[in-house]
Amino acid sequence: MSAPSLPALPDVSLRTSRAARGLPSWLRFVAPVVVGAVIVLAWILVVDVLKIAPRMLPSPIAIGAELVLRAGIIWDDTVITATNSLVGLLAGTIVAIVLAGLAAAWRPVDGMLAPLVAAIAVVPIVALTPILNTMFGASSQFGRQAVAAIAAFIPVFLNVLRGLRQTRPVHRDLLRASGATGFQTFRVLTLPSALPYLLTGLRIASSLAVISALVAEYFGGPSDGIGTAIATYAKSGRAALAWAYVAGGIAIGLVFFLVTSLLERLATRRTPV
Amino acid sequence: MTPTDETRGATAPAPAVRARGVGKTFAATGGEVLALTGVDLEVAAGEFVSLIGPSGCGKSTLLRLVADLDQASAGELEVFGKTPQKARVDQDYGIAFQQAGLLPWRTVAGNISLPLELHRMGRAERDERVAQLAGLVGLSEFVDRYPDQLSGGMQQRVAIARALAENPRLLLMDEPFGALDEMTREYLQSELARIASETGAAVVFVTHSIPEAVYLSDRVVVMSPRPGRITDVIETGFGEERPEGLRESEAYFAKVTAVREALHGSPVERANER
Repeated sequence: MSAPSLPALPDVSLRTSRAARGLPSWLRFVAPVVVGAVIVLAWILVVDVLKIAPRMLPSPIAIGAELVLRAGIIWDDTVITATNSLVGLLAGTIVAIVLAGLAAAWRPVDGMLAPLVAAIAVVPIVALTPILNTMFGASSQFGRQAVAAIAAFIPVFLNVLRGLRQTRPVHRDLLRASGATGFQTFRVLTLPSALPYLLTGLRIASSLAVISALVAEYFGGPSDGIGTAIATYAKSGRAALAWAYVAGGIAIGLVFFLVTSLLERLATRRTPV
Repeated sequence: MTPTDETRGATAPAPAVRARGVGKTFAATGGEVLALTGVDLEVAAGEFVSLIGPSGCGKSTLLRLVADLDQASAGELEVFGKTPQKARVDQDYGIAFQQAGLLPWRTVAGNISLPLELHRMGRAERDERVAQLAGLVGLSEFVDRYPDQLSGGMQQRVAIARALAENPRLLLMDEPFGALDEMTREYLQSELARIASETGAAVVFVTHSIPEAVYLSDRVVVMSPRPGRITDVIETGFGEERPEGLRESEAYFAKVTAVREALHGSPVERANER
């Protein structure tokens, strides 16, 4: 039997081409670490050695000290903001998936939603926060979660709607020829085709949700959360503590981004043929 | 037409495909396009029939009508004595396209078993059938691979296995080897000839290639465009077997010449074409 031999796996050929360009793989990890170290050293040089920094830029050592000393309250506020972001992200994503599904199924729904989505996309969502805070009361986290949800909605909606239209004619023909029902076609073809798009939307939305939930705290509401703390301590001159809270905000954003990126990578592993 | 489908099936089997005066028009900007007109064709059970002709002759359209992927605008079309729609729902045919059309997120086994899953075959029975089909197309060692890890020829073999999954009595193939290199192509032709004779399924095979049509077929149906219609039918008369030597035999070359002349028309017409 003259069965053709199996072609080399894609990751193998990638590895050889990278080796061919003479870039060892450890460099990919060491390079950013070196950049980070250089920045921190320059920062220390400017603040602690030369003492030419403005008053609101404390030394990274001072920020680190505050981070360790106040770890308890920073963690509590980080959890508040992270929870608001997560609730907003999930709620926005669910609503976006449902509406995108309806828009993909019925053209008129698409036509009805398009102007609404365009309007939401151009309005600076965070600007609505004072209104929402007044609507739902200053002791409720709902306003912040709603802002995060609206911010997350747009990228998920647009991506899922596009993803639901990615089925290829040959696959549709195949399922029709196989006598598949509408629901079966949705389950084995439309949904898996849309999944990578959903997760791309989710990755973009996760950063937006964190940013929106955090910035929303600057506009009132309960006196907790990372954003509130940064504003408070910056105003009262405790720069190092304010910066330590910024580190907490970065941590939230990083976790959200890494988790959604990982999900996206898992889903897109088998997409191109 | 007096006996019912069931009783007739036992005594005199209905032909796999029967077309009488079949036509198809497509709506297009600036009026309608006549894709197919006046097609009369009968494909017997177990027969291998190729449709050949230049682009736009309606050969793929005819196949899609048989598969109920499009509906005829004129004439009568029956598949095993039923309407094409009923035959599709009953899964009387399997189909393969020029693109393998595998689902990239499913393994080879997952792709082959797709039709079986859709028709709710039990897990154990399904696994057994998939193993059997993978063996039939020579891919037993590759059932856990994903489509992007396979060559084009191997992907097409998966598609053929998938088309055979429900043990159909009719196989519809739309240029399945059109995108493959010549070596792989000849190899898969031999495989297809073997599979068709082993399973006893009728095959309607759309192709651009004269040698391919002649090698595989019991009958070659020659079509011409504007409007798409059947202009000639050539019997090959090679019998059941397709030994490798056939490709170099006198009888084979004679039929290749016959099909070529039928495709191009008489020498006089050829001179006029310029």
